[in-house]
Amino acid sequence: MSDATHSPQIARARAAFEGIPHCQHIGMQITELMPGWGMITLPYSPRLIGDPRSGVVHGGAITALLDTMCGVVVIATIPDCQEVATLDLRIDYLHPATPGLDIRASAECFKVTRAIAFVRGVAFHEDKAAPIAHAIGTFVFATATAQTRPPAADLSGGQPC
Amino acid sequence: MLKTIAEFKRAGRVEAINTLIPYAGLVGLEAFTDEGGLVAVLRFRETNIGNPVLRAVHGGVVGALLEHAAILHLLAETDVQVVPKIINLSVDYLRSCRAADTFARGRVIRQGRRVANVRVEAWQDTPERPVAAAHAHFLLIDEGAATS
Repeated sequence: MSDATHSPQIARARAAFEGIPHCQHIGMQITELMPGWGMITLPYSPRLIGDPRSGVVHGGAITALLDTMCGVVVIATIPDCQEVATLDLRIDYLHPATPGLDIRASAECFKVTRAIAFVRGVAFHEDKAAPIAHAIGTFVFATATAQTRPPAADLSGGQPC
Repeated sequence: MLKTIAEFKRAGRVEAINTLIPYAGLVGLEAFTDEGGLVAVLRFRETNIGNPVLRAVHGGVVGALLEHAAILHLLAETDVQVVPKIINLSVDYLRSCRAADTFARGRVIRQGRRVANVRVEAWQDTPERPVAAAHAHFLLIDEGAATS
């Protein structure tokens, strides 16, 4: 493993993820995490079914997976990130998930400004070339050290991920 | 006993469709009808929390509420003949979604032969203070060309 996967911000991102009750409840696990990129696995469960006829997982579970993946990558990317909130998230549902199979999501943070991070993600089973859904999201963040930290009122505007 | 979503629609009981959907039971999605039409509800549960410091509901679960509300709205308020398939969903998160029940109502902006565009807003205390808003496209035909 490279040093990057043991940096303080990776530890912070993993700890933040482990502390999210909903992610623990539906069984998400971090598969890989480094600054700028990560992967999370959502094990298949009949509890996640959204279409009772086909057994296909509900879109909401995929939205939660992609929102989580994107937010965790933001924390993993920004040194000393203290707060992250989703401003917006767009999901394209490209193909129904296959019943019985785990779903993975990976995401990359491709641009960071003083307060905003831009992230894109993809959900798939085994092959990223056969995606279930694509996501693109914008996140607002705050660091403990930033001199230009936005006022708290601004940060309460988004949905914490 | 009604066993499919289509049967619930024909019987005029769209608000009870959540009983067919395991994920709805997992996160606490329900629905009721008021004078303005169908309202979807996300019951507060500790297991829906996405930020333990702020005790805020996970954004993904809020997204699920918005998607659920849009589908139920199409089933309840339009003459669609199939269960609409979601094509995409774009969510704006406007306020922290606190540890309380959350409500959502959909509105069809444009219904074509194949595709519907639906706007949805979610709120807690009052609809004038939305916690999230979304627009979504749904496929209304069974051919599945766009999503399967």
